[in-house]
Amino acid sequence: MTRAALLVLADGRFPAGGHAHSGGAEAAVKAGRITGASGLESFCRGRLHTAGLVSAGLAAAAALGMDPAELDAAADARTPSPALRGVARRLGRQLMRAARVTWPSAELDALARQFPKGAHQPVVLGVAARAAGLGAEDAAYCSVYEGVSGPATATVRLLSLDPFDATGVVARLAPEMDLVVGRAVEAARRAVHDGVDVLPAASAPLLEIGAEGHAGWAVRLFAS
Amino acid sequence: MHLDHTHPHTHDGPAALSADAHRPDGRRRALRIGLGGPVGSGKTATVAALCRALRDELSLAVVTNDIYTREDAEFLLREAVLPPERITAVETGACPHTAIRDDISANLEAVEELEDEVGPLDLILVESGGDNLTATFSKGLVDAQIFVIDVAGGDDIPRKGGPGVTTADLLVINKTDLAPYVGSDLARMAADAKAQRAELPVVLQSLRGEGGVTAVAQWVRERLAAWTA
Repeated sequence: MTRAALLVLADGRFPAGGHAHSGGAEAAVKAGRITGASGLESFCRGRLHTAGLVSAGLAAAAALGMDPAELDAAADARTPSPALRGVARRLGRQLMRAARVTWPSAELDALARQFPKGAHQPVVLGVAARAAGLGAEDAAYCSVYEGVSGPATATVRLLSLDPFDATGVVARLAPEMDLVVGRAVEAARRAVHDGVDVLPAASAPLLEIGAEGHAGWAVRLFAS
Repeated sequence: MHLDHTHPHTHDGPAALSADAHRPDGRRRALRIGLGGPVGSGKTATVAALCRALRDELSLAVVTNDIYTREDAEFLLREAVLPPERITAVETGACPHTAIRDDISANLEAVEELEDEVGPLDLILVESGGDNLTATFSKGLVDAQIFVIDVAGGDDIPRKGGPGVTTADLLVINKTDLAPYVGSDLARMAADAKAQRAELPVVLQSLRGEGGVTAVAQWVRERLAAWTA
């Protein structure tokens, strides 16, 4: 593993389309569930232990070399909201483009050919991590970090939240991110032998419901 | 074992990556022209006028990047300058300049989808959300860019410069008909622009005036001729 490559992939400036997405924060702000730093922290914690854990498990499994098509189907099964499935594939396709230029690899090319409309983002993230010479734990870290820092950045823009407070929220969640990564990687290692069904399948119904509503808004800042 | 990076034009290769001049099927892709500039300077009106001027001679489509809503796309739809399937809106997460410069992925998807779905296309206009004087398009997204300012925004803008004014392939100084009402000195604006841009072209335009978008449309035709040559 190369630690510098991990930083490149995890960097919020990595040009893979994430900047236009709030990870559900815009819907939560509108619904009054996030009104400041403490609401943001609760939102991110809930997201981390549900959708975050699921994504990290998929990313870790893809990084271990499991069949991306099988993982993509597993991701579909774990994403009830059609809007979120669409978002995951669009972000997957955008990450695919950036990763193929950044770390050219036969596996990424094959995945792009197999899923011209995009595979689920965590699956692409895992394959991209492999291409970058990274392992399952790295892929899981990228996934959980993005899943928390994305909503935090979006909330800074949505509520004019103090950026230091928002970054403090992300930092306070770091020990829990470590835990979630540990669980995700352990499940992914078991999945290599026992199949995708043992990957985490937690769910956050409000994220799913919020995403469906958000997709129908006429006026919004973020794509999701 | 796979040659897509050295031979991006293979017929069975995965989708194009970025600024490749050819589509995966080997055909030359559409010319992409970006239109940027401050809020209210007349980007959308210029896009609408260009569509009206060029739609009978070219196959074209538009991508809008509104800062907050789908207003711009809806304006173009209301004005019926193109059929709805030729207009796509991209959300920018409150940062229009990021979507055209730092992380162009959503815009690249939009232009490629337009070519897939309504192509073949000769020209795609990518309109930025209204932004500041430093906003420019990435070369990975567009082949040429137009920066639109207007006389009512202050006649010192050409003198202030900035990447948009200084480096855009074409600078449009819009709403010249308003100059007498807002006390803007057109000759000074033109001279300042010339000083900032050396040989790069400048067009002074009033979409309500007689010439309308003619000069800009002609510039676009010339870019297209160079692109397909």
